[in-house]
Amino acid sequence: MEITLKKLTKIFSEKDAEVRAVDNLDITIPSGKLIGLLGPSGCGKSTTLYMIAGLLQPTEGEIFFGDEDVTKTPPEKRGIGLVFQNYALYPHMTVKQNILFPLENMKMPKDEALKKAQYYADLVGIGNLMGRKPKQLSGGQQQRVAIARALVKEPRVLLLDEPLSNLDARLRLQTREEIRRIQKETGITTIFVTHDQEEAMSISDNIVVMKLGLMQQTGQPQHVYDDPDNLFVAKFLGTPPINLFNGSIKDNQLYIGDEAILPFKAKDQDVTIGIRPEGFDVKKDGKLSIEVASIEHLGRDISIIAKHPNFDGHTLRGIVDADTEVPNSGVIKVNIRPNKCFVFNKETEERMK
Amino acid sequence: MVESKNNLKAWLYLAPALILMAIFIFYPLFNTILIAFKEKYNYMTGEFTQFGFGNFAFIFRNQIFWRTVSNTFFIVFVSVPISIMLSLLIAVGLNSIKPLQKVFQTIFFLPYVTNTIAIGMVFAVMFNQSYGLINTIIGWLGLDNAINWVGYGAGWGRAMTVLLIYSVWEALPFKILIFLSGLQGIDKQYYQAAQIDSTPRVRVFTRITVPLLSPMIAYVAVTSFIGAFKEYTSVVALFGLDTSIRDKGIGTIVWFLYRSLSDPRVGEGSAGWAAAAALFLFVIILIFTFINLYISKKRVHY
Repeated sequence: MEITLKKLTKIFSEKDAEVRAVDNLDITIPSGKLIGLLGPSGCGKSTTLYMIAGLLQPTEGEIFFGDEDVTKTPPEKRGIGLVFQNYALYPHMTVKQNILFPLENMKMPKDEALKKAQYYADLVGIGNLMGRKPKQLSGGQQQRVAIARALVKEPRVLLLDEPLSNLDARLRLQTREEIRRIQKETGITTIFVTHDQEEAMSISDNIVVMKLGLMQQTGQPQHVYDDPDNLFVAKFLGTPPINLFNGSIKDNQLYIGDEAILPFKAKDQDVTIGIRPEGFDVKKDGKLSIEVASIEHLGRDISIIAKHPNFDGHTLRGIVDADTEVPNSGVIKVNIRPNKCFVFNKETEERMK
Repeated sequence: MVESKNNLKAWLYLAPALILMAIFIFYPLFNTILIAFKEKYNYMTGEFTQFGFGNFAFIFRNQIFWRTVSNTFFIVFVSVPISIMLSLLIAVGLNSIKPLQKVFQTIFFLPYVTNTIAIGMVFAVMFNQSYGLINTIIGWLGLDNAINWVGYGAGWGRAMTVLLIYSVWEALPFKILIFLSGLQGIDKQYYQAAQIDSTPRVRVFTRITVPLLSPMIAYVAVTSFIGAFKEYTSVVALFGLDTSIRDKGIGTIVWFLYRSLSDPRVGEGSAGWAAAAALFLFVIILIFTFINLYISKKRVHY
């Protein structure tokens, strides 16, 4: 089911202030894909999800499921499955009763419902826990029950609100693979909300980056990472984060301090330069000098913690191959890979190409 | 060493409460049990003939006593379930309306802060045969409006009807308050989840609201069963004097207890009958509370 959001806007009016939680959102979500709505808290991603679910009414704009305008359709008629952030499993029902609950509402014959419940319970890997109460399950298991409950009525769209935020680090890794697998097996159009960029990038077919209710960029995760439209997107994606420098353009050359690092065709001005950690090549005749503060050997590669007077951020970090020779301290020379280096307008923070 | 010192301190802190409870609760309780077995006990002189079951034999042979027992059970098993269901529905209704919620809450809570006797008298006036509001309304409907509800010769049926209406109405506010606070503690997401799964309203109520509210329902059930077994003030408030209550046969166990205490046959041990009736009531309440707790254990989801 292809989902189209047209100029979707949600305004929350408080006493004397209006908050544009979602502002003129235009997104098309292709059928059968897994989409990550990504952004820091307060960016309107959950609001968007709840509008798609129908639990919130948009102030303006329209929502289409395929060709069908569902903007005014109540949630129970939209054919969606929603997994809440804290799962909202009915605490007084067993896992089985929880999963059966939507089917009982549909008045499905008992044995067919049971078969279906068991199928989806097995699919998410909790088929042996049917008799337990939610309280007797771990966070990850509750999560799976919630997904099974959402899937069992075979919705047109599956919505997940911060599905992994209540899990510990290891479970999170495992569960996100699980979500991916389940989505692939069922082929259901899935939208999930997260503030964790790694999570979004690792399992999404497409990501939508949002900030303060506005869509910043959308596309395949790798594409967005490699080709950010603005400073926010560049900063938000990637761990370790991108390194930002106060730089300038002079005579079609990109300068950090006095050192010209790359050619760049634009008129002379001050700019913000972002370099991904993996964008550094240690070379004797490199164009940029940085002062090494410390070295971390991470096995597969080396992490260089460095200093530079024009660096604008917390930690300047470069990641290079493990067989690179890097001194523990002192000034080293590095070259910058052009495809890992982005230039942003100082005022608008838009990407300059 | 430290522990025993602390123990002493703890006892010291507990002492005021313990002393008061000993004087006003434990001693009377114990004494009541004792008196119940003292035959022909005269509370003026403290004399009694022997320990035995004479008092119980007396009340169990007494027609009026059994009348009060059946009245009490009738009130308990009719008014408590009705008032619980009504208050649950009102609380759910109140919880789902936005405008004027506070106003309605206040209105529903008013009976709770008003004196029982005063309200009882208002009810008595409302149900008065010749100028009561109820008969007036019945008159408007074109029906015979000379119904004697609460006066002399009204009969058990009518009197009990008024008493039940009164006790249900009087019991509502506290229950509504408890249920409302319980409802407000239920996570909204359960309802959103139910909505997305297109759960019919009745099912939302029976499968989600009631189970999630079950601890409150159990609490209310236990306390109001106990309260209803001890029903007394409403009877007095509605029907007033002893003769009027006896005339309709509408007394409750506690009413029997008070009546025995004020019985002029002190020398024959009327206090002992009262004590025996009190003990009887105590045992019944105990049994029912255990049954209640046993059922709650199976049906309540904490």
